[in-house]
Amino acid sequence: MKIGVCVKQVPAKDAPLAIVDGGAWIRESDIGFETNEPDTYALEEALRLKEKHGGEVVAISMGPERAKQTIKEALAKGAERGIHVADSEFYKLDPLTSARSLAAAIEKENFDLILTGLQSDDQGFGQTGVLLAELLGRPHATIIMSIEVTDGRMKLKRELEAGWFQWVELPLPAVITIQSGINKPRYATLKGIMAAKKKEIATVDRASLGVADSYTEKVERIYVPQKTKKTEFITGSPKESAAKLIEKLRHEARVL
Amino acid sequence: MKILLITEQRDAKWNKVSFETLAAAQQIAQQAKGSLSGVVIGKGVTALADELAGYQLEEVLLVEHDLLAAYTPDGFSIALRQVVESAKPDLVLFPHTYQVRDFAPKLAASLQKGMIGDCIAYRYENGKPAAAGKLIFVRQMFQGRTAADVVFTGEVPWVASFQAGAFRADLAAKHAGGKAPVKAVSVDLKPEQIRTKPLELFREAKQAVDLTQAPILVSVGRGIKAPENIQMAEKLAKLMGGEISASRPICDEGWLPMERQIGSSGQTVAPKLYLALGISGAIQHVVGMKGSRTIAAINKDPNAPIFEVADYGIVGDLFEVVPAMIEELTIQQGSSS
Repeated sequence: MKIGVCVKQVPAKDAPLAIVDGGAWIRESDIGFETNEPDTYALEEALRLKEKHGGEVVAISMGPERAKQTIKEALAKGAERGIHVADSEFYKLDPLTSARSLAAAIEKENFDLILTGLQSDDQGFGQTGVLLAELLGRPHATIIMSIEVTDGRMKLKRELEAGWFQWVELPLPAVITIQSGINKPRYATLKGIMAAKKKEIATVDRASLGVADSYTEKVERIYVPQKTKKTEFITGSPKESAAKLIEKLRHEARVL
Repeated sequence: MKILLITEQRDAKWNKVSFETLAAAQQIAQQAKGSLSGVVIGKGVTALADELAGYQLEEVLLVEHDLLAAYTPDGFSIALRQVVESAKPDLVLFPHTYQVRDFAPKLAASLQKGMIGDCIAYRYENGKPAAAGKLIFVRQMFQGRTAADVVFTGEVPWVASFQAGAFRADLAAKHAGGKAPVKAVSVDLKPEQIRTKPLELFREAKQAVDLTQAPILVSVGRGIKAPENIQMAEKLAKLMGGEISASRPICDEGWLPMERQIGSSGQTVAPKLYLALGISGAIQHVVGMKGSRTIAAINKDPNAPIFEVADYGIVGDLFEVVPAMIEELTIQQGSSS
């Protein structure tokens, strides 16, 4: 089975975010980066499928030069090779243009299966997997919690809302987005890190792919939402304050 | 501005977020002096179309087909593409559900359009829906640490979805004069176009608890007083769709297992809602939960340090407030299901 797995590099979870260029993006110069956590589950699933069914795993990442580090980590964990779609201003792309670029870069690989994480922890568009499927003419399924492959077909456990799941079947080749928590991602071993040094990373300049920059949407401005950690005290009888708190959690904080 | 709202149902039961998006769509239609049509898609959903027609909109489009009885991304994309192409809306709005995440980007891409997904708000530039006032969609980035203003730059139709909870379903206006007409729209679908085979739906028994994955935590501290009172907090957690957790003393006492302990010697969590009941907020506890998106606390002591990190606070007796919350949520859920 030839498996492509899309991995993105994003700011580390604890990185302080300073917004720059009038809200265009964040300052990258003094923060740490890591592999997008949802993608680590997709990579792990790809490696397990390869170990079970044979084949190869190719790690694909679009982003600036730094994104190569995320590919290297995937190689150290066991991916065979990497494809880096280089674009230092990847954050200006809309989801469709990003997906068109990735599709153009990997089309001729003819993967049996393409895996992605659920969404990225930076922009969080959550569309790449579904768009890749459409652009490459493959069937897809999202938010997947288990994969069984038999005779060119997959049986998948798809997570729905409110504790529900559904089994779905689809033929290969296909594109699947993986739900976080599907597995326990492995750590790279020292041996793996050494072996990765000899593995190939092909770099493709995004501009060379011939994907028109016909944007359908544009992020005008990124900003820190106003948040004042000032406790709002709710008063009234127990019944009144209970109702008010629920109302606020539901419609003001929107967490219920 | 012609708006098309795509509602969601399963087994002829609404996904309630549909009505939140209906409220948003009505609001945009009113401000832009546009029109709004609602779409009900599936099989055997005539009654839902009739129900939707009781709301303020121009018309309801009823899209039924044998191959739409069970959801598939292929079936729904192909069918809705035909609906969009014939209705020619400027804006297609979805509730941002798991199902919408699964097919709406595909539908948009098949129309050569992008989608702005998971929006939490919209506004008109300069506050005016005039030709000069751009329609701006607001969505979260960096896991909610930042917001972003996003605009459509290409040709219509535009496709967007609104996050659950972004708008209030109870603000969806009923139809002013009776009912909107329901129009059946036929779509052309063939079995061989549908590559996914949907099988059975099921629920699983709860596995060993992982508090870091829980969206909501109801956490108890010394103020809960006795082990038999934990039941009440568990009931509240269940109604809220969350898990129960505790501060160290509760687990030391053995009232709850150690795996449910939050704090420096327990787990570090960051749920979207952390509700602290009778927890004073010692630093050893606070380090384990201060990253929560929203913190609410109920405590008798107005000077309890938990209120320093809380977004919402009730100074009062949790044995009075918690039962009142349980009662309120039970009534709400009873009336909405």
